[in-house]
Amino acid sequence: MAKLFAVTLLIIAIVSAIPIIRNTWHPMEDISAHGQAIDDQLSETMWEAGISFLASQIILAWFIWKFSGDRPGEKTQKKFPGGAKGLVIAAIVLVGIEVFALGIFGVKAWGAIYFTQPGPDALPIQVQAGQFAFYFRYPGPDGALGPIHADKISEGNQNFFGLDPANDVDSRDDIVTAEMAIPVNKEIRLLMHAKDVSHSFYVPALRIHQDFVPGLDLQLHFTATKVGRYEIVCSQLCGLGHYNMKAYLSVLSQQDYDDWLKKEAAMQ
Amino acid sequence: MHDTAHAGAHHAPTSFIRKHVFSLDHKVIGKQYYGLGLVAVFIGMVLSWLMRIHLAWTNAPIPGLHLLSSAGAPGDVMTPEYYLQVMTMHATFMVFFVLTVAPFAAFGNFFIPIHTGAEDMPFPHFNMMSFWTTFVAFCVMILSFFVADGPTLGGWTQYAPLSAVGKVAGPGQGAGVVIWATSIAIFCVGQLFGSLNFIPNILDLRCKGMSLWRLPLPTWAWFITSCMGLTSFSVLMPACILLILDHVAGTSFFVASNLVINDQLQPHSGGSTLLWQHLFWFFGHPEVYIAIVPGMGIVSHVLITSMRKPMLSHRVLVYSMGALAVLSYMVYGHHMFVSGMNPFSSVLFSFPTLMITIPSTIIVLIWIGSLYGAKIRITSASLFALGFISLFITGGVSGFFLAQPPIQILLHATYFVVAHFHFTMAIAAIFGIFSGTYFWFPKMWGRMMNETLGRIHFWCTFVGVYAIFMPMHYLGLAGNVRRYSSFAPDYMQPLVPVHQFITIAALFTGAVQLIFLYNFFYSKFKGPIAPENPWEATSLEWTIPSPPPHNNFGDVHPVVYHDPYQYGVESSTGDYLMQNSPEQLKSGVINDEP
Repeated sequence: MAKLFAVTLLIIAIVSAIPIIRNTWHPMEDISAHGQAIDDQLSETMWEAGISFLASQIILAWFIWKFSGDRPGEKTQKKFPGGAKGLVIAAIVLVGIEVFALGIFGVKAWGAIYFTQPGPDALPIQVQAGQFAFYFRYPGPDGALGPIHADKISEGNQNFFGLDPANDVDSRDDIVTAEMAIPVNKEIRLLMHAKDVSHSFYVPALRIHQDFVPGLDLQLHFTATKVGRYEIVCSQLCGLGHYNMKAYLSVLSQQDYDDWLKKEAAMQ
Repeated sequence: MHDTAHAGAHHAPTSFIRKHVFSLDHKVIGKQYYGLGLVAVFIGMVLSWLMRIHLAWTNAPIPGLHLLSSAGAPGDVMTPEYYLQVMTMHATFMVFFVLTVAPFAAFGNFFIPIHTGAEDMPFPHFNMMSFWTTFVAFCVMILSFFVADGPTLGGWTQYAPLSAVGKVAGPGQGAGVVIWATSIAIFCVGQLFGSLNFIPNILDLRCKGMSLWRLPLPTWAWFITSCMGLTSFSVLMPACILLILDHVAGTSFFVASNLVINDQLQPHSGGSTLLWQHLFWFFGHPEVYIAIVPGMGIVSHVLITSMRKPMLSHRVLVYSMGALAVLSYMVYGHHMFVSGMNPFSSVLFSFPTLMITIPSTIIVLIWIGSLYGAKIRITSASLFALGFISLFITGGVSGFFLAQPPIQILLHATYFVVAHFHFTMAIAAIFGIFSGTYFWFPKMWGRMMNETLGRIHFWCTFVGVYAIFMPMHYLGLAGNVRRYSSFAPDYMQPLVPVHQFITIAALFTGAVQLIFLYNFFYSKFKGPIAPENPWEATSLEWTIPSPPPHNNFGDVHPVVYHDPYQYGVESSTGDYLMQNSPEQLKSGVINDEP
């Protein structure tokens, strides 16, 4: 029975590792300027976690195989070489160094997104999350976004951002869209606003994941490096339509982006 | 300390009600908690089946589901909102009424007084109130299935403002949330009563010779867990009360100004969205350890008995469990890396989270190192204990990823997280409960369980849980978001076959739990009568009859002469020496740390 356990454990460990080694399921291809550091951190961690996982399961299986059942005449008091002290030192030194190193390198990858400021030329785009859709707002030729008036927000008359162009000059040329488009290789300054409850802005391809906080407008900045069509999904439980809260992100060449924006402006 | 060992003593009750219902006897209360956990785990498991079927075959009718909720399952097909309600209730029942109740309150109640050599808990009335308060909390939670628009759909974390603005936010967010928060607040009171009994029992009601270092490892684990319970349930309870006030008293603790829901400007103003998350996770992360630390104690106890040798170091295990408890308060922010909390805080929370790997690794290495040179006796209990180690390792290594803010950009709120916490706090903890059940059943109910059925139960469950939860890591890596009732984004569509595989594994693994249920109830009534010490174990529970008499030790006050784990010795009884045996060994006395 013990030997069967050991073999089962071994098989489970190896079968579990195969999809990772073969890279069957993996994060989608990175299209961001900052994402490489995150991917490197992930693969570093995968190596360390993978080795720890396999080594400990295999040793566990081996000991169960070897040290089960009664062995008359033999005492059980045999201590593990090095004893508890050796194991504690090994845990503190090996695992301590390993996790500390991961932590330090992780700060670099994290800081590239959160501890840097967007450049002065970054393109501002506002995203508003509400049950259960994202809406986007681009400043018109004046380069400024008009203020949001919560009391004017209405899905019914399609005033998603609660704009008041009659009184706010800045709002008059704002362009509101249901899809997001950005020019490739251009830094974006994303202004995040939640209309009702918490939501999240998760774009796996862009290596961006940030919750919307009702009452607190946050900013993010990023640069997409590859033309294509990607998905933005909500990852923060926001109500019954949560599963269906998504939008498309088109990364376009500058020319295509300009054309797109012009077309959207004409439809306002 | 021995003068007070009979502080909680009371006469044996004679009426049925005082004996079996409103009992002051810690053993009856322990069994009541176990029964409650058993009912809750089967409710939680059936709910998980419903979730899994819906995820794999979204439009498939589940026969009879409309009987549970005609609005939630018209034509027996689950609606997206009912999926979320079922999911919320699955987690709530499992986390609170199973993972807290069974390993901590149930086994702790039964065995702490016996392990310490006491006649009962120091405050038996409080102890009785602890169970019945928890039972009321359970009934209140059940009630939410029967209110107009069903239970809350906000997840067991109940993030505000979704949970705080009322029914305008969705079905179950009105009365459902108020019932949920009321139930949890009551539950917290029950657990505080429990902790307030466990701590003084362990500190003050020890029998003669029972120094702290002579306490068995589960009792140390329950002591550490009680301390965590005391300081974390006391934070969750007021948080729940504030949430209720946001609903019924017009306050705005958790709701910011100017929110517009369903085109209605909300009347709240000035509250903080993140405040709830801080309060919740300040409880929530220690709660993870409240679920798992008792399992570590139980598994150590079972392993030592099965290995026929003590752990390499009793004290290092205790210190490591203590370190987990202390660190658990400093790491809660890792649930909030992308929440909008200051990103510098994310870095600060990430280092203690990574550090918690060290005591966890020490515990695992002590277990594995102790197996070296052992003579493991394979029983259902020891199989589940060994399985626990494997599951805890698997759950532990995925923690490496989730401790790091940059990696959470990819993995936060995906199935990777679901895999991680199920392996650690859920499945490993459940294996701890099973291990404890197979080990202590003879003592608790006076009869032996069937070993063959126990082993079949183990094999199917062990392979089954890996088949369910290991693939969830892969789903998470591919960006599959959790808490979706179906997978609408295009990139998640190819992952549906993986969900179908998981569902089949979950249905199978759930079904084999019926073997356990049959074994449990059959053995309770028809199993062979258990001897006093069927496993040749050494701690005090094995020195008294199975089941123990009302006052545990008869009219004698036990005296303890050794540490609890004298195995691999040569004594007059064999390769072990009872903790209360005055016999002094000529040689081979090991690990005696009075």
